[in-house]
Amino acid sequence: MINKKVDNISEALKGVSDNMTFMFGGFGLSGIPENAIADLVKRNIKGLTCISNNAGVDDFGLGLLLHQKQIKKMVSSYVGENDEFERQMLSGELDVELIPQGTLAERCRAAQAGFPAIYTPAGYGTEVAEGKETREFDGKMYVLEHAFKADFAFIKAWKGDAAGNLIFKGTARNFNPVMCGAAKITVAEVEELVPVGELDPNQIHVPGIFVQRIFQGETYEKRIEQLTVRQMST
Amino acid sequence: MLDKNGIAKRIAKEVQDGYYVNLGIGIPTLVANYVRDDIEVEFQSENGVLGMGPFPFEGEEDADIINAGKQTITTLPGASFFDSAMSFAMIRGQHVDLTILGAMEVSENGDIANWKIPGKMVKGMGGAMDLVASAENIIVAMMHTNRAGESKLLKNCSLPPTGVGCVKKIVTNMAVIEVTPKGFKLLERAPGVSVEDIKNATEGDLIIDGDIPEMKF
Repeated sequence: MINKKVDNISEALKGVSDNMTFMFGGFGLSGIPENAIADLVKRNIKGLTCISNNAGVDDFGLGLLLHQKQIKKMVSSYVGENDEFERQMLSGELDVELIPQGTLAERCRAAQAGFPAIYTPAGYGTEVAEGKETREFDGKMYVLEHAFKADFAFIKAWKGDAAGNLIFKGTARNFNPVMCGAAKITVAEVEELVPVGELDPNQIHVPGIFVQRIFQGETYEKRIEQLTVRQMST
Repeated sequence: MLDKNGIAKRIAKEVQDGYYVNLGIGIPTLVANYVRDDIEVEFQSENGVLGMGPFPFEGEEDADIINAGKQTITTLPGASFFDSAMSFAMIRGQHVDLTILGAMEVSENGDIANWKIPGKMVKGMGGAMDLVASAENIIVAMMHTNRAGESKLLKNCSLPPTGVGCVKKIVTNMAVIEVTPKGFKLLERAPGVSVEDIKNATEGDLIIDGDIPEMKF
């Protein structure tokens, strides 16, 4: 077994520095690497390019990095529900690249899987395709989208082991598996780090080969963005 | 004239047995409430769940189980979770049978705009561009006019498009309209709405072929 376990968060994030490009797993606030984000806030490194489907909310998730003006550029598909984000974007402090959600996923997966680029129909005929190569296949138009290049991918899983194997829970899975191995270094944080051999190999979502460092997060707030319930009477 | 629930109720009639359906945020979400209970349908949410159920009861919510609108949800027996690449493989690979989404504008040739108002609102397209670029069966659910009373069914979209030539059907508070190679074709009127009313509320040309029936629910 090749050991990926690191002793603390400081070791997990060793090597991060100003002006790097990071990937962050998560959809909304679900499945975000809370502990890695907290440590990046503490380190206060600046000029970051962040690839993440969303940009958090004002006081949680990537919103914490935005608040300290650590982010230079965001690459996302949806950035609503964040006033500070909007302010920085409209004032020109923050550079924003909006791309379709499926394209974001596939540009990660391409980086993970060794494809330099992929063709997708998403965004053809829109401003997303401006300046990009397009090509017709079987009578339909596609846009060429390049694989991402990132220094670190910060991933959050439910359970993992020292071999780096990961299992996710519910829709907190989202972008996390496609970002594993899509950056030079993948740092996975888990709610529960279990002894090697405890996870059933049949049930592993991401094999440890895609993960360089793994640690158990100290705490997880797992904030709910839109608590929606139904009445008991029905 | 229909309200939002009325639009959802009419669209629910388009949902057939055995369909996998992706519902957008807003009116489309309401469609799930009106699907006949004698057919089998599975709802997909692009953040990574198939077989979505109703909202949870209070105290049973789980931060790890949400829909694309970030609302807490439940799952039904037979449900599955998956990553974002697989989710969009279902969409882009045309495995999802029906996509229902909202729009700010639709044009005569089936262009749709629903992601950006330059200088005013820039929240991003989320999964909308993937959905409209790939789905074979797209129904737009929207009000016929905007808050200023201007038509949302146009000759050409004035807002940046989300996709081009992709919308097949539009259900509004006034009408059911098919997007044909020749343009908007009026299929049905909402209760109490005349053909003339619909014509006046539609900026694009409207093809009216014979008697236009009132919607049935």
